[in-house]
Amino acid sequence: MNSPDQGVVEQPARPENIKAVPVRHPGRWAGAVVIAVLLAMLLHALFYNKAFQWDVVGKYLFDSSITHGLVVTLELTALSMVMGLVGGVLLAVMRLSPNPLLSGTAWLYIWIFRGTPVLVQLVFWNFLGALWPTLSIGIPFGPEFWSESTNTLIPVFTAALLGLGLNEAAYMAEIVRGGIQSVDEGQSEASHALGMSRFTTMRRIVLPQAMRVIIPPTGNETISMLKTTSLVSVIALEELFRAGQNIYSRTFETIPLLITVSLWYLFLTSVLTIGQYYVERYYARGSNRALPPTPIQRIRALFQGRHTPPAPPVVNPGVHGGGNFS
Amino acid sequence: MTELTKQDRPGHPMVKAEGVRKSYGQVEVLKGIDLEVRQGEVFCLIGPSGSGKSTFLRCINHLEKINGGFLSVDGELVGYRQKGDRLYELKDREVAVKRQDIGMVFQRFNLFPHMTALQNIVEAPVQVKGESRAEAKQRGMALLERVGLADKADSYPSQLSGGQQQRVAIARALAMKPKLMLFDEPTSALDPELVGDVLDVMRDLAREGMTMIVVTHEMGFAREVGDALVFMDGGVVVESGHPREVLTNPQHERTRAFLSKVL
Ligand SMILES: Nc1ncnc2c1ncn2[C@@H]1O[C@H](COP(=O)(O)OP(=O)(O)OP(=O)(O)O)[C@@H](O)[C@H]1O
Ligand SMILES: [Mg+2]
Repeated sequence: MNSPDQGVVEQPARPENIKAVPVRHPGRWAGAVVIAVLLAMLLHALFYNKAFQWDVVGKYLFDSSITHGLVVTLELTALSMVMGLVGGVLLAVMRLSPNPLLSGTAWLYIWIFRGTPVLVQLVFWNFLGALWPTLSIGIPFGPEFWSESTNTLIPVFTAALLGLGLNEAAYMAEIVRGGIQSVDEGQSEASHALGMSRFTTMRRIVLPQAMRVIIPPTGNETISMLKTTSLVSVIALEELFRAGQNIYSRTFETIPLLITVSLWYLFLTSVLTIGQYYVERYYARGSNRALPPTPIQRIRALFQGRHTPPAPPVVNPGVHGGGNFS
Repeated sequence: MTELTKQDRPGHPMVKAEGVRKSYGQVEVLKGIDLEVRQGEVFCLIGPSGSGKSTFLRCINHLEKINGGFLSVDGELVGYRQKGDRLYELKDREVAVKRQDIGMVFQRFNLFPHMTALQNIVEAPVQVKGESRAEAKQRGMALLERVGLADKADSYPSQLSGGQQQRVAIARALAMKPKLMLFDEPTSALDPELVGDVLDVMRDLAREGMTMIVVTHEMGFAREVGDALVFMDGGVVVESGHPREVLTNPQHERTRAFLSKVL
């Protein structure tokens, strides 16, 4: 069956290689020209407009307060995403639990944190000290065992982290829940039938498969978080944007500093986008018969002589009775 | 009571069902099932779609709770513990322990797609029984060998044919060293030319003395390998007996009608 040249139909000769004129795309060429012209005009407008002050941009790009703000931004992004992811998984599992207390609690949490603006939550955490000057552990209306001033307990970085992380957890919970629900019922059934507990089933079988659905929106959330951290400037935490603000409020070089800051954001989101690509690939294993080559692999293949791009490894799908060694 | 329980078949009872009832909401799916599966037996279950065959298998494996009647596996109640006159519901954890002894093979294979064939087999022994990975792998390879797929250890399910996937699924269930295997239409999702390989593996298992309950439309297999056969319809056992008797000389009109359609 798998030898096509057994020649069932008698043909005098095999058809020759096809020689055909490929479809022309004149529209594409015209469009490319138009876009190239527009791009040149834009570049010209950007680089020859003195207001942009590209020398100032360059001067501040690696300024120590800017790079310090950059580090704070990165820390905030990473930590609040970790908080969001861990909290999100926890909330999602609670939400799907048959226990009404757990699912109700998760629902309430998500309702509150998704229903109010992040900016308000940030300011709220920062002003917690004004609401409750001290935080204490003890029996309600009874004796206190331990207490501490709220402002010592929640410095501004922690307030920022709480504001961003707790809010993110509510969004991640919905993403994770969608992921978990996308996994076929038969998977947990098979896992339970093998004697695996609900916890093991979630950890080893369901979540790894849910990842494929969870990762792409999580990447978007991370990129969005990177930029949302700039909101933290309202509670006077000196992250990247606030660092820029501090400088231009002194020097009035507003536009160039906004550009400096934007260049950094752009750079970081690009790095994240690349990271996301590889993480997605990792979690796609097993789902495709063969993964397409990465851009780097493609470029490498291009330079290693003109071999046609590496064909995906051929797996023999049907193999009719091919494994019948029993 | 059915003729099956009256016959004196050898072996001690592995599964015993008396008046087992199961409803989903208002709909009663099992309306009092009586049967007895002896150790070492291949017990075939046939019947039209919707007759409750899968539901009954799922009850045996604690995947569904029964609403009435009595159901025991190897002398122990399913889903409950008896203390004096009282029944106590089992906790999730206790149910999981009971399931370890019962292997289940599904119509749609349900292999874990993010794991290779070998990883699929190794997972439960390592996670549930705390076996060492090295030991589990060694046994896993032996099992793959046994189902004729030693060369596919590192393939993902999506790279395997249906028949190969189902044989991996059987190996996966066997890795837990079950005393009872449940097969829910293991060959129904397969191309006809792949059915034979899976049935061969099941035939070997039967020869080695595994107790098996097989929901199937493969009447040839039932006739050749089966020790007992039950025809279910509408949530009740209509007819039971030795496969050759029931298949060649059905007593009930409903059985005759069903067999005339599938044979
Ligand atoms: N989770 C459920 N909720 C409600 N009804 C269900 C559920 N599972 C099964 N049923 C119903 O129970 C009846 C028996 O289903 P079951 O899957 O046991 O039939 P079956 O004999 O295995 O059929 P088939 O040969 O098609 O697999 C069907 O009418 C089905 O609609
Ligand atoms: Mg069924």
